[in-house]
Amino acid sequence: MRISLGAVSRPLESLNDKTGTWAVMVPRIDRERCIGCGECYMFCPDCCIEMVQEDRKRYAVVDYDYCKGCGICSEVCPANAIEMVEKVIE
Amino acid sequence: MFFGKGHSACYGCPLPIAVRNVLEALDGRCFVVNPTGCLEVTSSQYGRSAWGVPYIHSTFENAPSVASGISYALEVLGRENEGYVVVFAGDGATADIGVGYLSSMLHRNDNVLYICLDNEAYQNTGNQQSSQTFLGASTTTTPAGRVIPGKTLRRKDMIAFALAHGTPYVATSSIAFPRDLRRKAKRAVEFVGSKYIHVHCPCPTGWHFDPSKTVEVARLAYETALFPIVEFEYGRLVRVKKIKRRKPVEEYLKVQGRFRHLFKHPEGGRIISELQRIANENAMRFGLD
Ligand SMILES: Cc1ncc(C[n+]2csc(CCOP(=O)(O)OP(=O)(O)O)c2C)c(N)n1
Ligand code: SF4
Ligand code: SF4
Ligand SMILES: [Mg+2]
Repeated sequence: MRISLGAVSRPLESLNDKTGTWAVMVPRIDRERCIGCGECYMFCPDCCIEMVQEDRKRYAVVDYDYCKGCGICSEVCPANAIEMVEKVIE
Repeated sequence: MFFGKGHSACYGCPLPIAVRNVLEALDGRCFVVNPTGCLEVTSSQYGRSAWGVPYIHSTFENAPSVASGISYALEVLGRENEGYVVVFAGDGATADIGVGYLSSMLHRNDNVLYICLDNEAYQNTGNQQSSQTFLGASTTTTPAGRVIPGKTLRRKDMIAFALAHGTPYVATSSIAFPRDLRRKAKRAVEFVGSKYIHVHCPCPTGWHFDPSKTVEVARLAYETALFPIVEFEYGRLVRVKKIKRRKPVEEYLKVQGRFRHLFKHPEGGRIISELQRIANENAMRFGLD
């Protein structure tokens, strides 16, 4: 960490904080059911859903390193493709 | 990435939903000013910034003045095309402690997009009432009990406040409708001068509901007309989000712990009918039905 005049922080240092450790439940996305609408992407408060394009299929992928498991994505999914399951810690 | 993963806002917090949709709508071309509050403490701790755009933390009260200063500096330096000056401020900062500074900024019509993230109380310090808290809500400074039935005053009307200054663009939006918020952010920056958007942000921690229900609670506030979604350009109402089948206010109240007492408190019935009257008044005033 570099101390600078006026407490200047560097951009996106928050990426060092893996908030996935907060999660008790995590979303499991059923790729077959996902219609690629991006609703979960827009609503995730932890910015940890990415929309992936693969051939002609677009689907949502969760970054479990940061997902806190709030369950919002599962609530807003119009295709019922997201189920909350208990997080397994190895 | 304009707003990063790894911030420390609560599970299901509405604030990052609003922030990232606005930043994405504006392509990250923003100079962000953020007064003290939940958003600031969870995204700007030293060495842990979640911001991928230029960002400054002001004090609790003076974000409008800091934003005005940045806007003038960009103009003097001939750099005003580099981005928009955007304030993200809590309801306490906006409608209470910073209201004088905001009034001056709107009066000077400084070139700033001011976004109030309204979670209806001072959430960062533990849910104390603000002038944006709804009538009847139990907060730590208006605790429902034998003496009072939650908050006894009605909400300050910030739309009327912003309009009274002749602000060119004034709108409300909600985290329940990110597309609406994105469109309004884009529309707002087409105006030269001050722009004010008031965004409803239900807070699971302070309002006592399950964090997975943040969006649902926000949607119910709109569907009951307790939080109308409207848009004014040069003082004229240009658009409202119509409600298909307006729901009774109880539907909104019963899903939140902060209103639970209303269903058994002797004063509860009176407060619920007053809230219904406010909702009806909103529906009439803006033609929501
Ligand atoms: C002058 C001053 N008074 C009090 C505080 C303590 N304080 C910090 S944040 C806050 C409440 C913020 O409320 P709001 O603006 O609604 O934002 P929220 O945290 O709810 O998002 C208070 C009272 C302060 N930082 N500065
Ligand atoms: S559970 Fe919450 S934090 Fe995790 S991906 Fe879904 S919306 Fe994001
Ligand atoms: S108290 Fe409410 S507004 Fe503040 S970080 Fe938690 S959920 Fe967000
Ligand atoms: Mg607040």
